[in-house]
Amino acid sequence: MGILLAIQGAVSQGVLWGIMALGVYMTYRVLDIADLTVDGSFALGGSICATMITMGMNPWLSLVVAIAAGAAAGAVTGFLHTKCDIPAILAGILTQIGLYSVNLRIMGRSNTPLLKLDTMFKQLAALTGLPAAWVSLITGVVFCAGLITLLYCFFGTEIGSAIRATGSNEHMVRSLGANTNFTKVLGLMLGNGLIALSGALVTQSQGYADIKMGTGAIVIGLASIIIGEVLFSGKKRMAFGTKLFAVILGSVIYRIIVAMVLQMGLNTDDLKLLTAILVAVALAIPVAIEKQRQLQSYKASLGKGDDGHAGN
Amino acid sequence: MLEINHVYKTFNKGTVNEKKALTDLNLKLEDEDFVTVIGGNGAGKSTMLNMVAGVYPIDAGKIMIDGTDVSLMPEYKRAHFMGRVFQDPMMGTAAGMEIQENLSMALRRGKRRGLRWGITKQERERYYEELKRLGLGLEERMSSKVGLLSGGQRQALTLLMATLQKPRLLLLDEHTAALDPRTAKKVLDLTKEIVEEQKLTALMVTHNMKDAIQIGNRLIMMHDGHIIYDVKGEEKKNLQVADLLAKFEAASGEEFANDRMLLS
Repeated sequence: MGILLAIQGAVSQGVLWGIMALGVYMTYRVLDIADLTVDGSFALGGSICATMITMGMNPWLSLVVAIAAGAAAGAVTGFLHTKCDIPAILAGILTQIGLYSVNLRIMGRSNTPLLKLDTMFKQLAALTGLPAAWVSLITGVVFCAGLITLLYCFFGTEIGSAIRATGSNEHMVRSLGANTNFTKVLGLMLGNGLIALSGALVTQSQGYADIKMGTGAIVIGLASIIIGEVLFSGKKRMAFGTKLFAVILGSVIYRIIVAMVLQMGLNTDDLKLLTAILVAVALAIPVAIEKQRQLQSYKASLGKGDDGHAGN
Repeated sequence: MLEINHVYKTFNKGTVNEKKALTDLNLKLEDEDFVTVIGGNGAGKSTMLNMVAGVYPIDAGKIMIDGTDVSLMPEYKRAHFMGRVFQDPMMGTAAGMEIQENLSMALRRGKRRGLRWGITKQERERYYEELKRLGLGLEERMSSKVGLLSGGQRQALTLLMATLQKPRLLLLDEHTAALDPRTAKKVLDLTKEIVEEQKLTALMVTHNMKDAIQIGNRLIMMHDGHIIYDVKGEEKKNLQVADLLAKFEAASGEEFANDRMLLS
């Protein structure tokens, strides 16, 4: 029973964190920018949400404000990158480190518990009579489904196409009359808006916001994206919607892996190291396989007589 | 329609790598002029096209299109006026997107992009017909990723994209230089066909002197960042490669030996 409960918890965490992974996907895959704002904007969403709820404001409203704040953080990174010509990685780090102080200022302390306060999950649980764990899971799934649909539609529009094209060939996009500074900033705002939304949802689900809640979020996002891609690696062509679904699925699988290793007795302190190794291995394996395949085919050509054209 | 007045451009100003790319460049194009541009390496041919397109800002002078001063207009805004094809076949298309998506981006060149669908059904029908005339079978692969196409196919597609929505000015920067001779000829024929059909105004940089003489109604030769020879009409038609070589030699003197290979 313990395992099943742990897995249910993992799945519901997976979908909520999956929204963060979707945000990372916007920048890392769609725009082809390594945006490190993530850790800061995730905690930003959490801080704002927790602070607004302790102030007695509507928890749903806090989601909207979190999205807006995340988008603003993305805009700052975008401004530093496009207008000030700071490399994207550095621009993201600058925003991220700045947000650490901003988040402390917002909360006024490093940890804000929501124990006795009304979160949206508690409201929904009271409304539906379902247990809290299920409410969190169902809400997460509904949010993910809605967001995937919205994103799918958005990236089918003229502006959405221009953002995708910017990630593929920004030179072409400019020559076809779209402002790539604008598309980049828009993509960064969208990504960080999603990330902050995820931070706010996670905060309400776990019942507290912490200044360090975003630490390593970028790696978890990457892990989710890569796990998702590995799962669907058999498919040559994937529709955009399927790719987004794969990200969420990757996030869920990541959480299940984490839950399982914790059940097996891994110290939580080692979790980040495990995540880092997981991502590094997942990134390295396809390269190693390709090299091995190349070597094998060369060796096979040597074996097949002396004409050296065995490969043909 | 295009006026380049006293344009200067120096790269890496004040460093050891300083390169005067354009010095007092002047050029005036009439409507439907199809101008071929020749010159040795570093003569400023590509720089001229890039300045017109707005890739880099100019140091001095003025560039006017249809009476509008575009000197300070950013590249993406100038795209409203022009279609471009580059030397590198990878540059003009987005590898990660479908053929039809690339075309749909091109169809919206210079227009406001909003939240309308990025590609419509009627468009797809048009793309099918347009791709068919390339004769490369791409019309049956409209939802393939452009990254799967060969350099020649991508260049033909870029040419189609540049002219899908009639440009005021077509800029061709050695667009056949990276292709094998047969493909180059095909893309060149297609270029002539489209320019004639749409009655386009075009600037075409080439290293092939024969092409430069045969194609278009006007020829300019560049050296050291400005135009040293400008012929049109009958005079251009009667040009021989030898004449151009002589002209080039007279202008460039000792550098001739270096550039001969590229010009012959």
